[in-house]
Amino acid sequence: MAGNADSLDVDALVDRAGGTVARGIFVDQAVFEAEQERIFTRAWLFVGHESLIPKPDDFFVSRMGTESVVLTRDRGGQVHVLLNSCTHRGMKVCRYDQGNTRVFTCPYHGWSFATDGKLAATPGALVGVPHFDRAYHGELKRDDWGLVRAPRVALYKGTVWASWDPDAVELTDYLGDMRLYLDFALDGRDGSPGGSVVVEGVQKWRVNANWKFAPENFIGDMYHDISHRSVDLVGIGPSGGRGRRDNLRPRTTICFPGLGHGLIGEPPHTSEPPYVPAWKKYPEVEEYFRQVHERRVALLGERPRVTMSVGTIFPNMSFHGRQPRTIAVAHPISPTEMEMWRFCLIDADAPAAVNDAARHYFLRYSGPAGMTESDDLENWSYATEASRGPIARRQRYNYQMGMGHARPVPGLRGAVENGEVTEENARAYYSRWSDFMRGDPWTPPAAEYVPMPEPARETEDAG
Amino acid sequence: MLAELDEGLAGLLLARSVEQFLYAEAAMLDERRYRDWLAILDDGIRYFAPLARNMRRDRLGEEYTRQGQDLAWFDEGKETLTQRVEQIETGIHWAEEPVSRVCHMVTNVEILSAVPEARHAETVEVRCRFLVYRNRLQDEEMLLIGKRLDTLVRDGTGWKLRRREIRLDQNVLQAKNLTVFL
Ligand code: FES
Ligand SMILES: [Fe+2]
Repeated sequence: MAGNADSLDVDALVDRAGGTVARGIFVDQAVFEAEQERIFTRAWLFVGHESLIPKPDDFFVSRMGTESVVLTRDRGGQVHVLLNSCTHRGMKVCRYDQGNTRVFTCPYHGWSFATDGKLAATPGALVGVPHFDRAYHGELKRDDWGLVRAPRVALYKGTVWASWDPDAVELTDYLGDMRLYLDFALDGRDGSPGGSVVVEGVQKWRVNANWKFAPENFIGDMYHDISHRSVDLVGIGPSGGRGRRDNLRPRTTICFPGLGHGLIGEPPHTSEPPYVPAWKKYPEVEEYFRQVHERRVALLGERPRVTMSVGTIFPNMSFHGRQPRTIAVAHPISPTEMEMWRFCLIDADAPAAVNDAARHYFLRYSGPAGMTESDDLENWSYATEASRGPIARRQRYNYQMGMGHARPVPGLRGAVENGEVTEENARAYYSRWSDFMRGDPWTPPAAEYVPMPEPARETEDAG
Repeated sequence: MLAELDEGLAGLLLARSVEQFLYAEAAMLDERRYRDWLAILDDGIRYFAPLARNMRRDRLGEEYTRQGQDLAWFDEGKETLTQRVEQIETGIHWAEEPVSRVCHMVTNVEILSAVPEARHAETVEVRCRFLVYRNRLQDEEMLLIGKRLDTLVRDGTGWKLRRREIRLDQNVLQAKNLTVFL
């Protein structure tokens, strides 16, 4: 595996100066395996949300790269991420999607692993071995054979993240100031910190496309807006009429070149723009959001705040901060197949009618049956398909739009913006991809940051 | 004796008319007569396809997500279904342009209830199995198999579909998108 990764000429695959990327990274088995080794065993990965495991002993089965993991909450309330593979002969110890249990008993030979701190000192510890005395003569070192546990787990406003790399930087450093945009998605609509939960049920589906098409698209590809013209002609926005969304204030693309994250949204600003009705078809919902806006104005005062539509946190977690407000994860399956997961985010304390309208907007917009997303999936799958042949593979994808036109974003550390339509964000993404693929060591985040001036009042509405 | 025969005949006639309705609906969809299909949907239709989860035996009641509150593949009414048809008609809905070849098979049709009774049924609950095959462009295939629970209401001499619950027998959907009606 490591040999594979070492033999790749990463700088030839991603030509940062020229703004092109070799098609091989979307179709080659060797690249795919190197990605598993170099990216998915190191980067911070989104594995779920605390609202999926609210009670002690709750579990939720998730994925990290190509591997199955179990997200658990022990009796002390601690959250753990365990590799879903028995240490004896590899059997999946948990084959339910979610539930509640104190012990995972392997179906194969019956080893059992506790998630409960009362039964065992370490989460995932091996606590039951059939015939321990008779067949193992009491000699098996049970302490050494607990389930593999992600050494790094971090909770952030309900979201759960994990990394297999004990030396990974702190999640907050990994996120950098992208965190502000994640906050916008995870905070209450009134600006109160956190408070969002995921709706019951996760959409999971297989797509014949390389996994990077999803995060690359969501990181800020406004250029592909034209592919959604059919749904815009029909009009599915919550205010009726043409278009799939409501009118937005001017947006720009912002990315963090050293971190590989990016988004479409607004730069930080310190006053709340006037309320724009966005739910005209649902009077009750409209009234609720009008009140929420007033609370937001009062709560945030003159503090800096941001808004965003869609963004990606490297490598494979994307999120939508406005409605439909969701988290999308692109799990790699093979070079030419991914499994997409979509979660719907809502404010736990919002009225049922509000959350129902949001959920319905999600279902007609996103996911495999989404009138918007279904066309993205067609594009990603046939772009993958048409990149497989030997002649096709000699070509490179073009990411040259707007090269050399990026400018710093006041108020954000290490961020640049490049107007609404650009490929700056994708370039930042593949640049970070190269860093990981080369096996670059974790660098202290401070060294990568370009200091930015504090936001000046006069420029806050620019862009 | 005669009354029993009468009742049996009424049941057969009802079953026959419901089956014919379902077969005619399948033909409309396969022949891409989407406007005809919309016309047989009751204005208050609920079209619902829950997600299926792997749950332990003691929580099997939670296997399917709930209508009106959880995530689903579909949980919508006629307005959105009409918009889906309009989107296909734009000719630039790339997921269905060029249009796919789709075949709906309907089988195991069972009438679960007829109100007030078979002879003068105004509302029937029908369960069936379905198989939906899609061939897209050259070699792309999708095969969806599952159960449907339909509520039909009498409309003059025919039926209209008032509620459809589609139970796809898949946990992770083995299809990149759901741009066909089920
Ligand atoms: S594989 Fe799990 S006990 Fe043997
Ligand atoms: Fe899109």
